[in-house]
Amino acid sequence: MSDLIIQELERRDAPEDMPAFSAGDTILVHQRVVEGSKERIQVFKGVVIALSGHGSRASFTVRKISSGIGVERTFPFNSPSIAKIEVEKEGRVRRAKLYYLRERTGKAARIREKGDGKSKKATA
Amino acid sequence: MPEGIMGRKIGMTSVYRDGRQIPVTVIEVQPNPVVQVKSTDGPDGYDAVQLGFGTKKEKRTTQPLQGHFAKAGVDPTRVLREFRGMTPREVGTELRVEDVFEEGDNVTVSGISKGRGFAGVMKRHGFGGHKASHGTHESKRGPGSIGAHTWPGRVFPGKRMAGHMGAEKVTVKGLEVIEIITEKNLVLVSGAVPGARNSVVELLKA
Repeated sequence: MSDLIIQELERRDAPEDMPAFSAGDTILVHQRVVEGSKERIQVFKGVVIALSGHGSRASFTVRKISSGIGVERTFPFNSPSIAKIEVEKEGRVRRAKLYYLRERTGKAARIREKGDGKSKKATA
Repeated sequence: MPEGIMGRKIGMTSVYRDGRQIPVTVIEVQPNPVVQVKSTDGPDGYDAVQLGFGTKKEKRTTQPLQGHFAKAGVDPTRVLREFRGMTPREVGTELRVEDVFEEGDNVTVSGISKGRGFAGVMKRHGFGGHKASHGTHESKRGPGSIGAHTWPGRVFPGKRMAGHMGAEKVTVKGLEVIEIITEKNLVLVSGAVPGARNSVVELLKA
């Protein structure tokens, strides 16, 4: 009973039209940034390396390489500061958390795209 | 006037306000019937409002209490609690959350904390314990020395030791009413409140 009430509350706060994505996908997170009195949209593009939590506490982590340095940002799914999420590529990966990408750079950090090629070599 | 009401702790979640994530405790406050009003001028000699919470079968209620509830014209409740100095209300009426609180109000919440049983000093008082290695044996979580020597020759009263922990009344002050959902009788209060899920908590307007 208690859980039902909480679940209902969390459903109420959940954002609408959030595209489904999973670890390995390359996404663009459009985030509202408030600078002084102005609000603008900042885009963070990268690979989803983890989805974690559930309900209103669920979050996802996006990793990108910014001028040679790895940058990771964790966004709560319910965050009102997320304006939009676009899925650019769906990656084919074999685990839920892609923390191994942290140790890899360049070619070794590539992810196969879903739906094409059976062998690793197919995607360059 | 210290206004109060009783509710049932549902659990915790989080909500967003002004772009900030706020941890909240959800409390279900079913309407509390006013069972008795005491006043300084009356036989009781002090001002208080007695509220009921929850439901109880008539046949499980003792006869003296049955009489007490019948006098107020309300169904027997599981919990009866007095709030001293509260604004008098009419006996038999039901008090709802929105009658007492508004969003943004500062609130004090009391509840019975989770019982931890007989707990050691590390859990109960936050002692550091002992080294896990370098020859430590049989006392990794022990309290260490509890006093001096021949003088004073005794352990000082109040020395923190292992013992029963929890299952006592704990009050948390300075919480904020984040939201009131009238149609479901729910209140979202910022932060954590004492007690297990489904336990009864008292909310006082601070």
